[in-house]
Amino acid sequence: MIRLRRACSSALLAAQLAGCSGNWQSALDASGTSAISLKHLIILIVAVCSLVWMLVMVALIAALWRSRDARPASPEPGRERRLTVAVTGAVVATVLIISTFTIMSFVATRALSVAGRDELTIRVRGLQWWWGLEYIGPDPTSRFETANEIHIPVGRNVRLKLEGLDVIHSFWVPSLAGKQDIVPGRSNELTIRAEHAGIYRGQCAEFCGMQHAHMALLVIAEPQADYDTWAATQRQAAARPTDEETATGLQTFLAKPCAACHTIRGTSAAGTTGPDLTHVGGRRTIAAGLFETTRGSLAAWTADPQTIKPGNNMPMVPLTPDELRAVSAYLASLK
Amino acid sequence: MNRPVAAPDTRDIDIERTRLTDALAETWKTPSGIWGALATVDHKIIGRRYIFTAFVFLALGGVLAALMRIQLAQPEARLLGPDRYNQIFTMHGANMMFLFAVPVMEAVAVYLVPLMVGTRNIAFPRLNAFSYWIYLAGGTLLWTAFALDMGPDVGWFAYVPLSGPQYGAGKRADIWAQMITFTEISALAVAVELVVTIFKQRAPGMTLDRIPVFVWAMLVTSFLVIMAMPAIVLESTSLILDRLVGTHFFNPAEGGDVLLWQHLFWFFGHPEVYIIFLPAAGMVSTMIEPFARRPAFGYLGLVMALIATGILAFGLWVHHMFVAGLPRLGDSFFTASSMAIAIPAGIQVFCWLATLWDGRLVFKTPLLFIIGFIVTFVIGGLTGVMVASVPFDTQVHDTYFVVAHFHYVLIGGAVFPLLAAIHYWFPKLTGRMMSEALGQWSFWLIFVGFNATFFPMHILGLEGMPRRVYTYQPDLPWHGLNLFISLSAVILIAGFLLFFINAIRSARVGEVALDNPWDAPTLEWATTSPPPSYNFAMIPVVGSLHPLWDDRDSLAVANGLRTDRRELVVTTLAAAEPQAREASPRNSIWPLWAAIATAIMLIWSIFSPWAVVWGSVPVAVALIGWFWPKGAPEDES
Repeated sequence: MIRLRRACSSALLAAQLAGCSGNWQSALDASGTSAISLKHLIILIVAVCSLVWMLVMVALIAALWRSRDARPASPEPGRERRLTVAVTGAVVATVLIISTFTIMSFVATRALSVAGRDELTIRVRGLQWWWGLEYIGPDPTSRFETANEIHIPVGRNVRLKLEGLDVIHSFWVPSLAGKQDIVPGRSNELTIRAEHAGIYRGQCAEFCGMQHAHMALLVIAEPQADYDTWAATQRQAAARPTDEETATGLQTFLAKPCAACHTIRGTSAAGTTGPDLTHVGGRRTIAAGLFETTRGSLAAWTADPQTIKPGNNMPMVPLTPDELRAVSAYLASLK
Repeated sequence: MNRPVAAPDTRDIDIERTRLTDALAETWKTPSGIWGALATVDHKIIGRRYIFTAFVFLALGGVLAALMRIQLAQPEARLLGPDRYNQIFTMHGANMMFLFAVPVMEAVAVYLVPLMVGTRNIAFPRLNAFSYWIYLAGGTLLWTAFALDMGPDVGWFAYVPLSGPQYGAGKRADIWAQMITFTEISALAVAVELVVTIFKQRAPGMTLDRIPVFVWAMLVTSFLVIMAMPAIVLESTSLILDRLVGTHFFNPAEGGDVLLWQHLFWFFGHPEVYIIFLPAAGMVSTMIEPFARRPAFGYLGLVMALIATGILAFGLWVHHMFVAGLPRLGDSFFTASSMAIAIPAGIQVFCWLATLWDGRLVFKTPLLFIIGFIVTFVIGGLTGVMVASVPFDTQVHDTYFVVAHFHYVLIGGAVFPLLAAIHYWFPKLTGRMMSEALGQWSFWLIFVGFNATFFPMHILGLEGMPRRVYTYQPDLPWHGLNLFISLSAVILIAGFLLFFINAIRSARVGEVALDNPWDAPTLEWATTSPPPSYNFAMIPVVGSLHPLWDDRDSLAVANGLRTDRRELVVTTLAAAEPQAREASPRNSIWPLWAAIATAIMLIWSIFSPWAVVWGSVPVAVALIGWFWPKGAPEDES
């Protein structure tokens, strides 16, 4: 059953990669409660503004067209008065339109805060250049860490506590909600709710240095039962190596500097500088949305992270071909 | 040099014309040769230099834009790496804002305002010379650093902590901060000169309601500069202190505040937009008159709109921080104030439309650029209304939608009028006309290229493409539009190339211009093209808003100024009644020495705080030389 669902969602991912099911990171392809109301607001304001622009253009074209007539050179009182009336009318219309927009946007701002009780809280840490995630449950046993891939139950309010630790980032998944900056020294929050199941991509929207362009994340909205299964898996420690190659992989991982930065729960690797890798093989992408997770992409990334994502904080760790093969097999097995 | 004081025969009363102009030419001349060029305080020579330098920076900034468009034309391109790209987009923004847009507007004013108000030189002409050298030094610093791979890479806004001591490695952010210091000094200097020139040196009779709209715009702009720049002076200084001597103004771990940076930056940064736009609006209001062959409709409304924009400019800065996590109620206040800016902008647009409606239009290149300006600026203004709405902004903030918006406002709203102004005032600057055929070609290329390049960016932004990314992944549906934008940019670049070719060619071999080739109504056209060193042989006396239209045959003049030393008329602030004859400073090399000493101190201070101590010694020496008492009376009533 789980395998079938995973096949389905990776088919969905592939379809979205190919652009078949529309845009998965777009304010115009809204699936979140607040993104949907924002989309309506955007369409309305853009429509009114387009109309205003067209009216101004009609006036401009008429003025240019009219200039072909021969008219007396000096302004005369009657014409000046008519112009004054026209300009005053246009200014009054401007005042009315922007007053309406101001009121509309005030009302829409209140609607931005999604109504209802938050049913899940996730601490989101923006880091150069990946996303650290900590699911906070009602009791300590239900909390767990992961990275770069947020799973949420469909139709439930999810509160994101946005924590900045290095520079400013901005959390933005346009299909679900507007963006919210992550500012060191401040605790910002954002509540999201997905109306439909799906995979929504987001990426950092505030310039944060070298790899700002490669700081993406996925939000996977799924039915509650699927979410519960996923969360239960995440709470477990890492899968033990089942064969000789993955066992060698774990040995290598622990012997090399890898473990100084990464945590794999259930092993002695407990570094916190880099993403938690306990279930890295089960995540759809690696390196903050850069590649689909495969044994090959894991091997490529491990072998030379600085060529793939120049400037990122993962150093190149020299590995022999056998070690690389073993480490990538092990990481891929961490479903 | 000290001649006997005030003998009657040195005044410009009752002497024949050629003797008068010969004497004035001798008094006001800039000696030929390199020394004369370095020591001159003639506002026209400095203004031309300023404009030329600013356009060089425009071209350089354009090259950077082209590099970015090549990089973004396809996903995961490897032409530029992230490090180089981040330097390039930072350089593009900082260069265009600080080294092109603000200085070029002030440069045009340095050249034109003294002519338009009918005086012989700008107020504080040595400060004017100093401001140009400082500006040149700041630009040279930034571009030299970039050439040495030390260009700033933290964005033109340089948000902390990214630009702070912990994350901004090397000297790159310091280069940015000190370049800001250079441009602050030069912009503040010019602003002070313009305010005093406009307040105290207007031709007799030029009451407040007879000031050309462009001059009003520069007055408002100068006050904006004076009030906005201190915020960024404070900020760049605090950043350098954080980086160099370990203060913690912006470090939250030590009680500093990250958002303090954003407040200070945008308290300066938003008025900065109007510092660029208001002069452009003033240019349009002034240029539209000869091409509509009638006075601009609604003079009072146009001037009031400029002043209202200037005041509102200081109440909007938070709309740059709508997603930073400030209280929502406060955000709504700034939505209202940001929307309100549409009222003065609307007043101006409607007045221009009324002028065109009622005018008999002359379709020359400047008018084409004005029409192009109205078409594009209205789009930029309307998208401005959109991003002023907090909820709308949460989706488009920091995306290509905003990139599109501000390029519509800055290119459509300011560069189009500037290009109109160059075509319009070129004959006054050079004595030659620009080619009309090349001008119209360049207009159409720029207009079409600009819209094709920047309009699709609105859509990219709504489709989720963030700003300041050096590349994007192939699985995102952005490559089609990005390729289209990059190809369209070729048209835009071709248009600008044609404009530069036209300007360079026309300056050499263009048709010789008449004194008033457009039959324009303002005072700068009352003198020769190009004007003599003393601007006007006799100081004009103004009886209306359009002196050259209303007193077409005989413009009244004032006399009584001495011809053997530099003198100009000081008038009262409101009624412009003559008050005194004021001595105007002679040429001096000291502003250059002062600028060099200041530049050394500022650049050295990037590396050591002791530069402020030891570097101030040569600055003090230069200033003593500059202000050494001349033993001549300052002014005579």
